[in-house]
Amino acid sequence: MSAPAKQRRLVTVERLPSLGADQVSVRLARPRVSARVSARTVSVCVVVFGLVLFASAVNVSVGDFPIPLSDVFPAIVGQGNPDSDFIVRVLRLPRSLTGILVGAAFGMSGAIFQSLARNPLASPDIIGIEAGAAFAAVLVIVILDPNTVGVTAGALIGALATAVAIYVLAYRRGVTGYRLVLVGIGVTAVLSGLTSYLLTRANIYDAARAVAWLTGSLNGRGWEHVGPVGASMLVLVPATLLLGRHLRGLQLGDDAARGLGVRIEVARGGLILAGVGLAATAVASAGPVAFVALISPQIARRLAGSASGALVPAALTGALVTLASDLVGRQAFGNVELPVGVITAIVGAPYFLWLLARANRVGRGG
Amino acid sequence: MSRSARGDAATQVSEGPPRASPAVRGRGSSRDLPKGRGLLQRSGWRATVLLLAVAALGVVAITSVRYGSKPIPLGEVFDAFFAFDGSNDHLIIRSLRVPRTLVGLGVGAALGLAGGLMQGTTRNPLADPGILGVNAGAALAVVIAIFVFGIGSLSVYVWFAFVGAAAASALVYSLGSLGREGATPIKLALAGAAVSALLGALTTAVLLIDIATLDQYRFWAVGSLAGRDAQILAQVTPFLVVGGVAAIGLSRALNTLSLGEDVARSLGQRVALTQGISSGAVVLLVGAAVAAAGPIGFVGPTVPHVARAITGPDYRWVLPYSAVLAPILLLGADVIGRVVARPSEIQVGVVTAVVGAPFFIALVRRRKLADL
Repeated sequence: MSAPAKQRRLVTVERLPSLGADQVSVRLARPRVSARVSARTVSVCVVVFGLVLFASAVNVSVGDFPIPLSDVFPAIVGQGNPDSDFIVRVLRLPRSLTGILVGAAFGMSGAIFQSLARNPLASPDIIGIEAGAAFAAVLVIVILDPNTVGVTAGALIGALATAVAIYVLAYRRGVTGYRLVLVGIGVTAVLSGLTSYLLTRANIYDAARAVAWLTGSLNGRGWEHVGPVGASMLVLVPATLLLGRHLRGLQLGDDAARGLGVRIEVARGGLILAGVGLAATAVASAGPVAFVALISPQIARRLAGSASGALVPAALTGALVTLASDLVGRQAFGNVELPVGVITAIVGAPYFLWLLARANRVGRGG
Repeated sequence: MSRSARGDAATQVSEGPPRASPAVRGRGSSRDLPKGRGLLQRSGWRATVLLLAVAALGVVAITSVRYGSKPIPLGEVFDAFFAFDGSNDHLIIRSLRVPRTLVGLGVGAALGLAGGLMQGTTRNPLADPGILGVNAGAALAVVIAIFVFGIGSLSVYVWFAFVGAAAASALVYSLGSLGREGATPIKLALAGAAVSALLGALTTAVLLIDIATLDQYRFWAVGSLAGRDAQILAQVTPFLVVGGVAAIGLSRALNTLSLGEDVARSLGQRVALTQGISSGAVVLLVGAAVAAAGPIGFVGPTVPHVARAITGPDYRWVLPYSAVLAPILLLGADVIGRVVARPSEIQVGVVTAVVGAPFFIALVRRRKLADL
């Protein structure tokens, strides 16, 4: 089946009908690598990516100063009229970009944890991380100047410090799951108590800002948010994709995976770290946006038809969900702008319950 | 039997009933005692420690009456009831401090019992009474009361919060029962998480739309005993009593249930009935507690662990201990909150977590916690 040595093409794509209807092998001549991809996954990714682009264009164009769709691209590159340029380049474009990156980070993080836990209802609610980020963010908003960059930085420091603190407190000649979770409960309780206390001591406007942040919001997200999230995703996403090759093996169980040559501790530990890092960065930028990490991998799985963690489709779906929710929150309620976290919860919770009911009916729920 | 039958047959005949091996015999075995002495004799030390705990609770309660923004000597406390003369101190004691202390006792006991019940029926050490959606339901109801009806009085919040809590848990229960197996603990927990998230989102939406509502709500939401007077006490006491009695009555059933549902069923227990009564008791207890004092976290999930660390896994002891230890924590936190920030106060919901959690973490690190 290989091409004759004289006439090797740069890229060879062949169908593999024995492995599945949509399985395709891709071979490159230089460098000499080959991969098996699912054509359905690729097409889903392309379509969802197109939808993401369309949604961000719509998100950029609608608002208090509507900009026709045809003017969006010129405004992005700076060729439109000065008002449009400002609104698009300074206000709306970075907001949409933040939404895309945060949604992608949540989606990928959720896919990792659902794969590792082999449970479609798992979610990266790392006990403590969100409480730590929330406390630090509210502290910055209430006590320091509510400058948005400080909030993001504070939230990130809070999330990571809390994760480390929980691990250190739970460590006593090793970490057992039971102790880790109980320590997480204790730490979360302290942090949420302090957060509520700060909310009562703040002036009402700071308190409102804090509540909006705590719901998960893209309000006021500018280029200073895109930077950190983008930078961390630049590092974490390739690492996740590299380690993600082992997800399928890990799902077979430890013994089978070891027999297949998967280095379990490295793969699992690395994936957990990557998932935590993605979730922490996303929470730091936009607050804890509800349910994105839970439902995006589920939607992606149903679209792409693959049983294992489909990381890239989950990320793209997360981005789409976040953008769409932001759009609805901004436009659907008249002159009231609801943060993206409210919409994702109002839509996500019933979807989650439907998933639950469906799993129950098939007998996988309890 | 640990003795080999053949060699000791002669001695066994004359000795009476065969001995259990030391591993089977529990602490303070009743082997030597006439049958029917039951719980107290076998576990004498547990009763003693419980009495000590009740005494400690009494001390904390008296402290709660005496101290606050103004310390009042003990003699005045007695006089306020037996020789009332209308002075400021007596008024403070009768209309502010004593009702507040009693509400704190009731709320604390309710939270401790509800936490023990949840952990017993779900056999999950993480079970939090808030899982059933009661906190989220109460919060949404209070926000609606403020936003739609413009209500500002605590005693009216109580009714709204209670109805909201009951409605939310009914919703959670019905959603969790969908499907073949009815309401299993996992399905209930997941349904509860989803319903809590949904109701929380609706609550936040209202809070963000109307800033005046947020201004009022944030003080209720932190969990506080301030301003809880005799009227609120009277409103919630019936529910607390009914729930408490039901909880204590379930302790034996919880012991059986801890062996696993199948074993319990094969031993003749009606598992669904137990879980139903338990959920009802939890809703009554936590609904009343949230209605009276706002959502106070941390006490429910953690005090039963502490109780279990002392008494072991027998629910006939874990529940009473939880009912006594939890108010000690709550009232102690209330006193600290009142004293530390004189003349204002730090709400009890905050102090409970900040004071209790480090102690709890230390306990988790030090002891091998008895598993469920």
